[in-house]
Amino acid sequence: MFDLERWQEIFETLRKNKLRTFLTGLSVFIGIFILVLLLGFSTGISNGVKSQFEQDATNRVSVWTGVTTKGYKGLNPGRYVQLKNSSFEAVEAKYDDYFEYRSKDFMIWGGTVTYNNETGNYRVRGTLPDNQFIENADIGYGRFISQSDLDENKKVAVIGNKMKTDLFKDEDPIDKNIQIFGMNFKVVGVFYDPGGDREESQVYIPVSTAQKVFNAGDNIRNMSFTVKMANNFDEAVAQSTAISEGIEAQIKEMHIVAPDDQSAVRVNNTLEEAKKIYSLVATIQAVFWFVGIGTIIAGIVGVGNIMLIVVKERTKEIGIRKALGALPMSIVGMILQEAVFITMLAGLLGLIVGLGVLEVVGPQIDSDFIRYPQVNFNIALTTVFLLVFAGALAGFIPAYRAAKIKPIVALRDE
Amino acid sequence: MNFIKIAVSNHLTMIQIKDLHKSYHMGSNSLHVLKGINFNVQEGELVSIMGSSGSGKSTLLNILGMLDEADQGQYILDNVPIKNLNEKIAAKYRNEFLGFIFQSFNLINYKSALENVSMPLYYKGIKRKDRADRAMHYLEKVGLADWSHHLPSELSGGQKQRVAIARALASDPKVLLADEPTGALDTKTSYEVMELIQGINDEGKTILVVTHEHDIAQMTKRIVNLKDGVIIDDSKVEQVRASQHV
Repeated sequence: MFDLERWQEIFETLRKNKLRTFLTGLSVFIGIFILVLLLGFSTGISNGVKSQFEQDATNRVSVWTGVTTKGYKGLNPGRYVQLKNSSFEAVEAKYDDYFEYRSKDFMIWGGTVTYNNETGNYRVRGTLPDNQFIENADIGYGRFISQSDLDENKKVAVIGNKMKTDLFKDEDPIDKNIQIFGMNFKVVGVFYDPGGDREESQVYIPVSTAQKVFNAGDNIRNMSFTVKMANNFDEAVAQSTAISEGIEAQIKEMHIVAPDDQSAVRVNNTLEEAKKIYSLVATIQAVFWFVGIGTIIAGIVGVGNIMLIVVKERTKEIGIRKALGALPMSIVGMILQEAVFITMLAGLLGLIVGLGVLEVVGPQIDSDFIRYPQVNFNIALTTVFLLVFAGALAGFIPAYRAAKIKPIVALRDE
Repeated sequence: MNFIKIAVSNHLTMIQIKDLHKSYHMGSNSLHVLKGINFNVQEGELVSIMGSSGSGKSTLLNILGMLDEADQGQYILDNVPIKNLNEKIAAKYRNEFLGFIFQSFNLINYKSALENVSMPLYYKGIKRKDRADRAMHYLEKVGLADWSHHLPSELSGGQKQRVAIARALASDPKVLLADEPTGALDTKTSYEVMELIQGINDEGKTILVVTHEHDIAQMTKRIVNLKDGVIIDDSKVEQVRASQHV
């Protein structure tokens, strides 16, 4: 392998057979180049799809409480478990790394809302700014609740589109005052919700304001969080199960609820939507892997085929070399070393050019569905070695057989 | 060093063959090609092996060249018994003892004349620089020094055969084996090649030539006639110098 004379002989042979060298190298080069692009774009599309559907794919965890059904530590059953600001803060502190958005809500199920002469019954919901993203509410006009609204307990309201149609008709609701239970709130925004009329028949106000005007102290009704997207669905399931169980145990401990009390504290998580997105991403990746593996197999077959032809074409040369005193293993070694050298060189070149193209073209792509196309370098490198190995193996068999042919037979080959 | 030894001991027996048999099996048929060949070649001889096709002359040459193995019998080359050869030893002996000249030249077509002549030296393990020097020496000897960097495709038939002869000589073998060396050449070129072969023989090299052309055989010093796998005639002849015809 490190025999300089052997390398000189091989370089000479490669130089003198430029076309053969070029074609062998080209097929390997193209195979690896295409594979790198494929894998790159599969990652790019996965990234794009993930970022497009990330909102829907996030796992939403919500915590509700009810009435205890079991006595525990001297407390009687039938007691309502009241969530507090402190409950929310405790959960938030413990799982902050996993959460993307957080919200605590205080709500009045049926609130009388009036604008001029129009009156209706709507759900009044005190909430945090993050709830916009948890509920996937789209702002049509104006804005959502902001942090400064909360800090200053402002009497501002964000109304659903259904409410806007009911109360304002065609009028612009922004900066108009509505009365909730007779108290003036300034409308700062209108939201749309994919949930439809039912979801749009509610009004959001800052939770701090709600607690204050409805004399709720620091009580909250429920809390909800979104968990960041995991790498795959199994991981997401494991993560959300762990978080849900953790929160449930934490709340139960804080509020002195029996650990096996099913109805006092309920933690729900919605993985259904997420599952679709995860399976979409998984499908895209599977398709690209399928095509990629197909490309590699085609490359291996191609290299093998070239090796067969090379050996066949050189049968007579092998005979001549043997008549001049070449050892059989030196023949096999020569052919293999040549094959490995070309495939390795062309493969690495394909890898580098492919990576280069991704590097240059990647940022130019202006599509929401392709983002940061990139390749796992180790996977690409492994593929090159796999191709080289397969090429060597495919070359070894005919080379070995050719080296075994009696020189007199090989010499007769035309 | 070999050269000096050869020059001093002029009557060494180079090839000894006793009761050589060879059969080819094709399916259920068996073809008995060589049916007990006995002959010796002294060092420095120039022998032609004649016979019609199917007489076994090529088979005999292939066995002598260790390209093929006999079923039975004894073959001693320069006091080394040639039998039970594995590929490795056969390759070593071919490289050290023998130089081949073929009817179809068998040059490697993508290598220049010089590189072709260097080939046996490469397998002998000689360094690159030394290889080129020696190969050039032999190309000069066959009168093709000016053509050293030409590819075989750029050479005439006669020139190709000269390159092949230079290659056969390059590793300084004990015996040159030529299988119809003039078979692919016209008469004039054939005589030129024979003149070269005679010249090499004059320097003391042992040479065996397989041919079916009588005029070529007459240019050797001894003619062995084969028919149906046996030697029917083995006699020394008055050598015709090829230079008289050129």
